[in-house]
Amino acid sequence: MEKISGARSLIKALEKQGVKEIFGLPGGANLPMYDELYKSNIRHILVRHEQSAAHMADGFGRVSRKAGVCFATSGPGATNIVTGLATANADSSPMVAITGQVPTAMIGRDAFQESDIIGIANPVVKYSFQPFKASDVPEVVKKGFYIAETGRPGAVLIDIPKDVQTNEAEISFPEEVKIRGYHPWTDPDVAAIEKAIKLLLSSTRPVILAGGGVIISSAFAELQSLAEMLMIPVVSTFKGKGAFPETHPLSLGPIGMHGHAEANKVMSEADCVLAIGTRFSDRSVGTFAEFEKNLKIIHLDVDPAEIGKNQTTSVAIVGDVKASLRIFVRLLMQKAFKKTEENEWLKHVSEVKQYWRDNLKLPQGELTAAKILRKLREVMPAQSIVTTEVGQHQMWASLFYDVISPGTFFSSTGLGTMGWGFPAAIGAKAARPDLPVVDIAGDGSFNMTENSLATSVLDNLPVIVFLVNNYTLGMVAQWQRTFYDRRMIGVDQKRCPDYCKLAESYGAQGIRVGDLNELGQAIKSGLKSDVATVIDIPIDPEEDVLPFVAPGTSLKDMILPS
Amino acid sequence: MVWAILSILVENKPGILFKVTHLFRSRNFNIDSISVGVTENPEFSKMTITTLGDEKQIEQIVKQLDKMIDTIEVKRLDDKKTVFRELSLFRVKISKPSDSMEINNIANSFGAKVHDARKDSIMVELTATPEQINNLQELLVPYGILDVARTGAAALQRGGD
Repeated sequence: MEKISGARSLIKALEKQGVKEIFGLPGGANLPMYDELYKSNIRHILVRHEQSAAHMADGFGRVSRKAGVCFATSGPGATNIVTGLATANADSSPMVAITGQVPTAMIGRDAFQESDIIGIANPVVKYSFQPFKASDVPEVVKKGFYIAETGRPGAVLIDIPKDVQTNEAEISFPEEVKIRGYHPWTDPDVAAIEKAIKLLLSSTRPVILAGGGVIISSAFAELQSLAEMLMIPVVSTFKGKGAFPETHPLSLGPIGMHGHAEANKVMSEADCVLAIGTRFSDRSVGTFAEFEKNLKIIHLDVDPAEIGKNQTTSVAIVGDVKASLRIFVRLLMQKAFKKTEENEWLKHVSEVKQYWRDNLKLPQGELTAAKILRKLREVMPAQSIVTTEVGQHQMWASLFYDVISPGTFFSSTGLGTMGWGFPAAIGAKAARPDLPVVDIAGDGSFNMTENSLATSVLDNLPVIVFLVNNYTLGMVAQWQRTFYDRRMIGVDQKRCPDYCKLAESYGAQGIRVGDLNELGQAIKSGLKSDVATVIDIPIDPEEDVLPFVAPGTSLKDMILPS
Repeated sequence: MVWAILSILVENKPGILFKVTHLFRSRNFNIDSISVGVTENPEFSKMTITTLGDEKQIEQIVKQLDKMIDTIEVKRLDDKKTVFRELSLFRVKISKPSDSMEINNIANSFGAKVHDARKDSIMVELTATPEQINNLQELLVPYGILDVARTGAAALQRGGD
């Protein structure tokens, strides 16, 4: 066997894993890896801040459902990716982050650019590795991808000391790895699914709650078959938005703090819910005790630790969402089950839906949240990928941008990371260069990672930044208006910067629009552009996101537009 | 609130104790005592953790520990079927000549051993249930406890299940 370095074996292991893109930024402690990357066909996408590299890898991973990879150096490079690790892990997104570390002999001596990234990252990763021998690197990489991509996906950190990168050893590449304490899949219990079907059929007001797990396991067809066979209305969590086509007659959209009024209404009236791939976040269900009152919960999730964590369940099914839903459908087909389309609950649900579609009061004006997002939907092709930042625009996207093609809408829902959407969109574009990608952004969030414009332009990953611009930290401002008697502090961006000039300075396209017609033209121009397009859409800074379920209240206590 | 005795078989690798205790901290669970030792197979360590919580919390602790990739097996032991022992060492002050005899008598009544008998202090060692150790401690307090070390409990279920 030929002797090769740890860094060489790392790049070879990544090539064997099928990695085509790495998002990263070099530094002292990862130079040996970069020197080997130089000799490889893997494409390096240079970021301007390591946090963005992690978000790009995250966006790449969510879209491709294969772990995105990012590189950072030791010390500050490594600490800069912590937010990215936490974001990916909170949303069960597959990602492998590889950091350089000071040489093993220097660890623990407070060396230059040393940080205990394994210790720092521990609570925000699914697993971490720190190989101390060059010969361990290929196995660590194989295990890292296996852990990141299987079961409930998550973020994996591999921290490689510099001498481990440069040391040479006879290195073999395992074809398979086994981890004895890791059991990512459980075979779904058919008896529990039988019980769930019985419960659903015996209930009078059933609802399906689709969570992010449906998107992660790509169980769109199975979910649709099940909903159509049973004729049960489908609501989603915000992370599950678009798990079920939002244009489907049975779809009511997301529930939650800024859920659709009809979805919150129907969810509160239900007597039985089939909750699929969701962890019952407080943002989705409001107060836990109120949510489960008079409600029988069937909970299907790949992660057994989610069962009973936030809600009491009547039936628990642990297993992959897709595999489990297939069993649901198969059992129903065996029963030659056919539910009539006419039933009182369904009739009531469509009345509720129609009522809120007709009667939700929306603000007047030309460039309002509802109008601009509906315009975006109208112009964007159905398959387009959407990412969002975090704030008012994100919730408006949830309310007014209907996902047609399942699994095309991505947001930082768990950690709620401002600045995520733009780099994630660039990562998504790297995964699917054939599809248009738009980041629905707010000015406050965009400011946090706007220097990714350089990456978008120079690495030829053109995306549209749909900038819903009120020059305000809008969601905070809304809470200050609602709960703090208009004592506005720390929210005014004072019309800084000029986003068109900012875009142009990076070689991107910047378009400011004054009305819906110009907006439509700008989106079309963005779709055709070879470089990133920032569409600056000025909106009224006083516009609120409504309906609003205030924190600590229940879904039936929505604050509605007056 | 109930006491739970958890027996956790883990990979014998650096950093696992940190991960387990970090899990308790980040999920706001409480550790009452913890003891760790390598098993007959040096690839594994056995941790015994005693914790206090409501049933729902204990169930969550077990599930979250089980989810950890470095844990091989997590068992909640039935305290009625479990042999549960802690090692304790007390250095007790001797103020007057009769103290020595009295402390020896107390130690004997608990089946404890005495070590390092000196003019001004004596060391008492007891391996017993934490409750028995607490009882011994109570009786030693009047003499003046100069120092104490307790290991936290180790536990094994009877009958091998």
